[in-house]
Amino acid sequence: MSLTNPQAPAAAGKRYFSSVARWGYGEIIFWAALLAIFFVPDANLPLFGQIVIWGLFAMSLDLLLGYRGIPSMGHAAFFGIGAYAAGYLGKFGWTEPISGLVFAMILAGIIGWLTGRLIQRVSGIALLMVTLGLNLILYDIVHRQSELTGGDDGLQGVVIAPVLGLFRFDIFGRTAYLYALAVTFVLFLVARALVKSPFGLALLGARENPRRMIMLGTPIERDVSAVFGIAAAMAGAAGALLTQTTQFVSPATLSFQRSADVLVILIIGGTGRLYGAFVGAFVFLFLRDWLAALSPVYWYFWIGFLLVIVVAFFRKGIVPSLETLARRVRRR
Amino acid sequence: MLASVVTVLFNGIAYGMLLFIMSVGLSVTMGMMNFVNLAQVSFSMLGGYVMVAVTQQFGIPFLASLPIAFVVVGIVSLAVERTIFRHFYGTDDLTQVLLTIGLVFMSIAIVTYFWGGTYQRVSVPSWLTGQQEMLGLTLERYRVFLVIVGGALAIALVFGLERTRFGAIVRACVDNGRVARACGLNTDLVFAVTFAVGGGLAGLAGALSANLLGIDPNFPLRYLVYVLIVVSVGGMGTISGTLIAGLVLGIADVAGKYYVPTLGGLVIYAITVVVMLWRPRGLMGRGT
Repeated sequence: MSLTNPQAPAAAGKRYFSSVARWGYGEIIFWAALLAIFFVPDANLPLFGQIVIWGLFAMSLDLLLGYRGIPSMGHAAFFGIGAYAAGYLGKFGWTEPISGLVFAMILAGIIGWLTGRLIQRVSGIALLMVTLGLNLILYDIVHRQSELTGGDDGLQGVVIAPVLGLFRFDIFGRTAYLYALAVTFVLFLVARALVKSPFGLALLGARENPRRMIMLGTPIERDVSAVFGIAAAMAGAAGALLTQTTQFVSPATLSFQRSADVLVILIIGGTGRLYGAFVGAFVFLFLRDWLAALSPVYWYFWIGFLLVIVVAFFRKGIVPSLETLARRVRRR
Repeated sequence: MLASVVTVLFNGIAYGMLLFIMSVGLSVTMGMMNFVNLAQVSFSMLGGYVMVAVTQQFGIPFLASLPIAFVVVGIVSLAVERTIFRHFYGTDDLTQVLLTIGLVFMSIAIVTYFWGGTYQRVSVPSWLTGQQEMLGLTLERYRVFLVIVGGALAIALVFGLERTRFGAIVRACVDNGRVARACGLNTDLVFAVTFAVGGGLAGLAGALSANLLGIDPNFPLRYLVYVLIVVSVGGMGTISGTLIAGLVLGIADVAGKYYVPTLGGLVIYAITVVVMLWRPRGLMGRGT
């Protein structure tokens, strides 16, 4: 490659992006395994449905935290907006699920974009407090306006029509699982394309060295609101999926507890990988299920303990730690 | 009408004093080491339980149990700082938040194991219960006691930080730890002592608040957000800022719940968001 050829850098760029976008075997196996679970007899499909939805939710946070370095302590706000949007549509006659999901995503995305505009100049503790504060405000409103939202009892009477007019949501969660998996896979493809695009690279650059990215002419503040909007829309989709598959919304969908849980999931799984979110959701929900059955009162001790251990010894989370391990084994 | 306004104001101040004592140690240590310690609220809970244990099982009077709570929690917090937190200085905010919230979860389970999940019965001496006619107002005696204790502590802390040699050293470490170290100060020791005192104060706040706010294993989760708000709105590393933020928050919370119950906690959260966007370093925080 010589500097005299003006086409060379563009060609090199094209080659770079097509090489990072290539699918690995691990990725194909991962999604094939999720699909295969559907065919396993007696598989706990409702639990796996939860895992997929939590994975999507954590993946949306990964776009913010892993790729742009914005820690949000209030990400459940967007999950809740999506959940309530889908719930209201279903309650007041708009029962078609896919358009309901899209509507919930657009609404959450717009509010997320506005939030991104608001926070694009703050960082550190102030950023944590603003996102937390906005989350708490929203929770407080929903919690108190019980005539509108059902308060603690949640939104009852949500009706969701069959997917594509063909597949009804059954009590075994079979339709729910496939529907959640399909939506999650599509949104994963979007997120994957995004982080492997020049935009994704600009996000990573701004995470590592914002000042330098400004010097290079990257509109880093505009990028913050853009990625915030996208992440919020995906969180909204996760919320809408939860509503549509359970036909119920409670204020717990936008509680601080949920914001904390999704952070824990992402940190356990590992940030900046997209897959970390799903692995974290798997580990977290299975552990929670198992520990809660083992000791209904003390299981939070073990969640806390796990968090401390992960932060102390596997600071990068499960997926990146495994990658490092695999690389070391291959070198031998 | 006026009397009710003054009563609400007074109750808010009493509540604010509790928040101040709970948060002040965190504010100073955060200003010094940039360490976000959410487990501060667990120290408060521990203080409450220590007070309950020594008054009920050993028959020690309430007033004497307060310094015991201070000392015990101070020692515990020092042990936690030396064994765990020390290794996490210099890591990012999020790592520290997650580490310490993990410890909060663990502390809740541990306390449930020893004391059960229900509210503890708190007995205070009879001269602290009931109401008192003061200046034409009817005030609860316990709140008067809180305001007096909180006021005395605030004065002592400000005086200690502004006028004593150790206070000057602490301020030097908050302002610029590296230069302070270069000048030959043992910043590690200073930090450990400050941390222990701050933890002890949190324990004292827990012991003081048990009678008013109740003490149960979910105490840390109930007050975590409040403590965070007080520290960040006031500005890390400032005692006066923490005091002002604690009082404003206490008054806004009590007044908000009394006059506009439909809004609830909204007022406080809205104040927090606005202050953080307007002054990311807090009201009294110094900008760089």
